Amino acid sequence: MSILAYFVKSANLILKLTLEHITITVIAVSVSTVIGVAIGILITRYRRAAMSVIGVSGIIYTIPSLALFGMLIPFIGIGIKPALIALILYSQLALIRNTYVGITTIDPSIREAGRGMGMSPWQFLRMVELPVALPVIMAGIRTAAVMNIGTATIAAYIGAGGLGWLIFRGIASVHTEQILAGALPVTMLAIGVDYFFVLLERALTPSGLRR
Amino acid sequence: MPKVIIRFDKVSKVFADGTKAVDDISFDIYDGECVTFVGPSGCGKTTTVKLLNRLIEPTHGTIYLNGEDTAKADVIALRRGIGYMIQDVGLFPHMTVAQNVSLVPRLIGWTKGDQETRTDDLLHLVGLEPSSFRNRYPHQLSGGQRQRVGVARGLAADPPVILMDEPFGALDPITRAQLQDEFVRLRSRLNKTILFVTHDIDEAIKLGDRIAVMRSGKVVQFDPPAKILRDPVDPFVRDLVGKECGLKLMKLSKIADIMEPALTTITEGASVMEAKQLMAERKSDILFVVDNQGNFEGVVHFDHLQKRDGGRVAEVMDRATLTARADGEIRPTLEMMLKHKQVWLPVVDEEHRLRGIVTMTHFVCFFATEAGIQGTAA
Amino acid sequence: MEFLLYCYERRAVILLAGLRHVEVSLIAVLLSVLIAVPLGILITRYRRMAHVVVNSANIGQTVPSLAILGMVIPVLGIGLKPAVFALVLRGVLPIINNTYSGIVNVDRSVIEAGRGMGMKGREILTMVELPLAFPVIMAGIRTATVLSISVATLAALIGAGGLGDLIFQGIVMADRDLLLSGSIPTALLAIGADLLLGGVERRLRKGAVQEAF
Repeated sequence: MSILAYFVKSANLILKLTLEHITITVIAVSVSTVIGVAIGILITRYRRAAMSVIGVSGIIYTIPSLALFGMLIPFIGIGIKPALIALILYSQLALIRNTYVGITTIDPSIREAGRGMGMSPWQFLRMVELPVALPVIMAGIRTAAVMNIGTATIAAYIGAGGLGWLIFRGIASVHTEQILAGALPVTMLAIGVDYFFVLLERALTPSGLRR
Repeated sequence: MPKVIIRFDKVSKVFADGTKAVDDISFDIYDGECVTFVGPSGCGKTTTVKLLNRLIEPTHGTIYLNGEDTAKADVIALRRGIGYMIQDVGLFPHMTVAQNVSLVPRLIGWTKGDQETRTDDLLHLVGLEPSSFRNRYPHQLSGGQRQRVGVARGLAADPPVILMDEPFGALDPITRAQLQDEFVRLRSRLNKTILFVTHDIDEAIKLGDRIAVMRSGKVVQFDPPAKILRDPVDPFVRDLVGKECGLKLMKLSKIADIMEPALTTITEGASVMEAKQLMAERKSDILFVVDNQGNFEGVVHFDHLQKRDGGRVAEVMDRATLTARADGEIRPTLEMMLKHKQVWLPVVDEEHRLRGIVTMTHFVCFFATEAGIQGTAA
Repeated sequence: MEFLLYCYERRAVILLAGLRHVEVSLIAVLLSVLIAVPLGILITRYRRMAHVVVNSANIGQTVPSLAILGMVIPVLGIGLKPAVFALVLRGVLPIINNTYSGIVNVDRSVIEAGRGMGMKGREILTMVELPLAFPVIMAGIRTATVLSISVATLAALIGAGGLGDLIFQGIVMADRDLLLSGSIPTALLAIGADLLLGGVERRLRKGAVQEAF
């Protein structure tokens, strides 16, 4: 049967899996952002820990996703849980590092002026550091989102659902249409999300920082 | 007796690596004065000033602001009550000029309306037209404009004390001179106590009521500029001040310091008869003509009066007279007199009111006095 | 621990799978370097193309690895060839980007000095640009290597062999020890390669700075 016909026939399935895929990605990115940005802010206050923290998240990032799943499953089981944990762990590098870099590369004279004027550390964080670091943090979220879509695809193998399920099924049964029914939508999803974040970055960059 | 606003009492700062940046200094700063801190790089001037708003905490000693120990005050409230301006300004790049300027008022809790009014007033004060600058971003401003916004921001909550750390240091010489002049102008309008750090001795002399010369963490001399120029306390200060002491001293003195204040005047409405009478009485060939408010109008000579017997002074007087300014500097005024071949000039103030007369004799006396003092010093 | 005993007993299998994994990744990385570095150099000469190529590479990098693997199969079937092909596709993108940006960011004044001394284009490339850009290019190769190891794990599914086999089997058979005997070596392999190449990159950076003087 032709590819198009297969797509039409399985439209419901593709939609369902796409939704699953998006759901797991959204949850993972949201949780990762909260954790990652918080840790990023923390290590700007405790600089000595910064290199080690970023280093550890970097090492985790290097581990192939399948291997990380494999190491989590014996302790957490299969399904969405290990998938989410792995996705969150992977995203930490981008978020922690970008938050840290975004905040620490703020011109020191801005920091001195803010302190000298009588801003409390919390006020300075809220009114200066975060807004100025926002573009960089956004770039980190974008990286995490796109990466999570890719990893979530693989997570289908351990029962997390999503479009990867079609790809794995298609490979196993040597069914080209099935493979493509998974591969094409997930590719478009990834490219689309990337573009969405490019637009979001642009929209959220404070105009003072746009040159 | 002027009030002591700030007192440093045996203050020292030793950093973690052992550097003694500030070494047991004590001094008082009075209400409304501008003290410039000057010295070579590393002398401790910036550290000293930052001890006041506790950006750096002292290792020993106490600092009093309005009689209260700064170490015991809430540091955030302390800093909000002190204006702070630094060399690189540190404008927040993601905020507009208006948002930058109104920051401390916003933190304190002023209403939006008050913030806006205050911002516009301040932008006017520093020479930036509010309607065009309010919504600009820092990256759209020149160096001089940024520094002005920095000044406005520091003044926003109307703090009684201001710290300025090399505020004009990063600017080109022309802009720097402009801003220095505006600083002097502003000072007369605001009644604030100012601590001003600079590495430029000329700037310190130009702007300071008193100068604190620092070296290796100690205050070597703390005197008005004229005294520092005339009586440097040691060779270091003398070298710092430089070779052209005489010229610098001359720049410090104003015409008002050397002129003759008492004058014979007559109003333009008076009659020629009265004028002749006054001249005879005072044995003077010239009278200065003023209007009813005391504004200088011109001069009337004995020769003018000879031509007529009746009429008013206003009809015979000479209006086209060159004048010298009471706040003018010695050398430029002298040059002007030489250029126009005048041996005397009437002295007026900024509102063109007659203040006195200055003649060549006055200049000679001035130079003689300076030479005399310098002679004894040497 | 019994797990270590298990690994010891099955060491031959694990080692073989590990070697296979390294073999596949290495071939892929070498091919990627051979294709991508010249391409990267090319687009520094034809800047108009650069924009298009770099943008496409960036978009390409967002595509999930599994999707790439999946889309290669209808065209090339299963086995080693399509696996390496997918790995190469994944690996060339970071290398092209880094080669391009590494060369483009070489200090202009150094190049001008070279030109002023009478060096030809080719000599400037081999004696100035490449050496100075090398640390950045190395960073790209390092990224590509880690990606290759990662995709090679997946490629076990299409018959390429490697440690992925142990992981997939372990999941399917719910065999904890089998699963870990594949996962842990894979993780160590990836981390090890990253650290090794990271060290090389760091040494190159120090060297490049010295060479510039």
